[in-house]
Amino acid sequence: MKILPSEITPYTNYLNRRKFIKSSIATSLVLGTSTGLQANHASNQNIYDNQLDENDSLNSFEEITTYNNFYEFGMGKTDPAENSGDFKPKPWSISLEGLINNPQVLDLEKLLQKVTIEDRVYRLRCVEAWSMVIPWQGFPLAEIIKIADPLSSAKFIQFETVFRPEEMPGQKRRSLPWPYVEGLRIDEAMHPLTILSTGLYGHDLLNQSGAPLRLVVPWKYGFKSIKSISSIRFVDKQPDATWPMLAPSEYGFYSNVNNLVDHPRWSQGTERRIGEFKRRKTMMYNGYEEDVSHLYKGMDLKKYY
Amino acid sequence: MISSQLFKKIKPLIFFVIFLPSLIWCYQFINGSLGVNPIEKLMDNMGEMALRLIVLTLFISSLSEFKKFRFLIEVRRMIGLFAFFYVSCHFLIYIVLDHFFNMTFIIKDIIKRPFITFGFISFIFLTPLAITSPKIMLKKLGFKAWKKIHYLIYPASILSSVHFYMLVRANKIEPAIYIFLILVLLLYRLYYKIILPQLAR
Repeated sequence: MKILPSEITPYTNYLNRRKFIKSSIATSLVLGTSTGLQANHASNQNIYDNQLDENDSLNSFEEITTYNNFYEFGMGKTDPAENSGDFKPKPWSISLEGLINNPQVLDLEKLLQKVTIEDRVYRLRCVEAWSMVIPWQGFPLAEIIKIADPLSSAKFIQFETVFRPEEMPGQKRRSLPWPYVEGLRIDEAMHPLTILSTGLYGHDLLNQSGAPLRLVVPWKYGFKSIKSISSIRFVDKQPDATWPMLAPSEYGFYSNVNNLVDHPRWSQGTERRIGEFKRRKTMMYNGYEEDVSHLYKGMDLKKYY
Repeated sequence: MISSQLFKKIKPLIFFVIFLPSLIWCYQFINGSLGVNPIEKLMDNMGEMALRLIVLTLFISSLSEFKKFRFLIEVRRMIGLFAFFYVSCHFLIYIVLDHFFNMTFIIKDIIKRPFITFGFISFIFLTPLAITSPKIMLKKLGFKAWKKIHYLIYPASILSSVHFYMLVRANKIEPAIYIFLILVLLLYRLYYKIILPQLAR
């Protein structure tokens, strides 16, 4: 994973691009086609290509936005795309809480003026053994941590998804204990690969992808990358996370992609890349081993799965 | 009341209705309209259809004990064979499309993963039922032996519904309904076939 400063899209360009997309979507709606995104995609192809690993190719916008696990909108893979129409990602605020010097409620629009939106092409590996390659836009989570200014006692961060059963029909059912929560160790959160994403393919995140703001941690199973974040809490102990709470023997707090430690019910040795016929071998830390393995030096990965 | 004669006439229609989904899904698979992960979708569809048909045969077995519904027995064999057809498709998709004949992996998977073990045993149990389904086999084996073989539907149905229950991550309600239906139908049969006759003695 290599990101040159020259590849980082300045926020002003990003905003312009958003305008361009919006107008082109409006046009395409009028024309009854959806060529807007493809036009934008083409304009970024160079940046995406530079970040793509040799063996990877991007999944399409359609693949990325119609095959989702987002139980707040239903448990089927196409449910989030179908049932998220009523969700209102604007206006949005994130509350910064816990062991920090600057507890506050951040307005997302204001926050976005302070950060630089970057392009990040990442592999996403789901714990269910499928994967995709996604061109995200976002900014390092470290930026928000800087704003929060944590106390030295803050060792972990807990994230929470917004709870709006009126807009998120899945939350009316008790399929999971709501709200969805996830967590990271603070050094994982500070890692430069860890981002908060605001868009993909140069388009604001769609509701099914976790609009307006979601976590992306590319070396961990997808469920760690919590969507539609409403609060970020700094704590001193390892916080609860939804899936590990629900089935501790199947999902660990760390949940790093690890081809050598199987899920009790299925193998994590291989994965199906969406759009491909033959399965691929799953890579340690989802192929980001060089960047992140130092975080887990000396840890028994069979115990801390 | 529907007579068996009349019911026989609409048998081809039932055949077609049960066969049709597999044709549609194969067409959609080739056509690329089975979603973004078509192999998973095709495999899931075939498996769930098989489970539905298994429940249906159990349901028919119980209902046809009543005179009013005796005609249903006419289609039980056909539906049972279709269940085996869909199970076979499900299993073949797992071998060919999902793992592309990676037999070392598949064998390890079957041994190591309880839910796959259950599914596989269920498939093994259903195979003799399919083989002994022609009327000639009934004559060859004699009713008693034939019947004994066909009791395999009980463990096979339980195993396949548990197989489904174990594979889903959180939406356990649907597989739980299948397990519930199968248990109710099996307990009913147990009462009707074994306990009641003994009480009547």
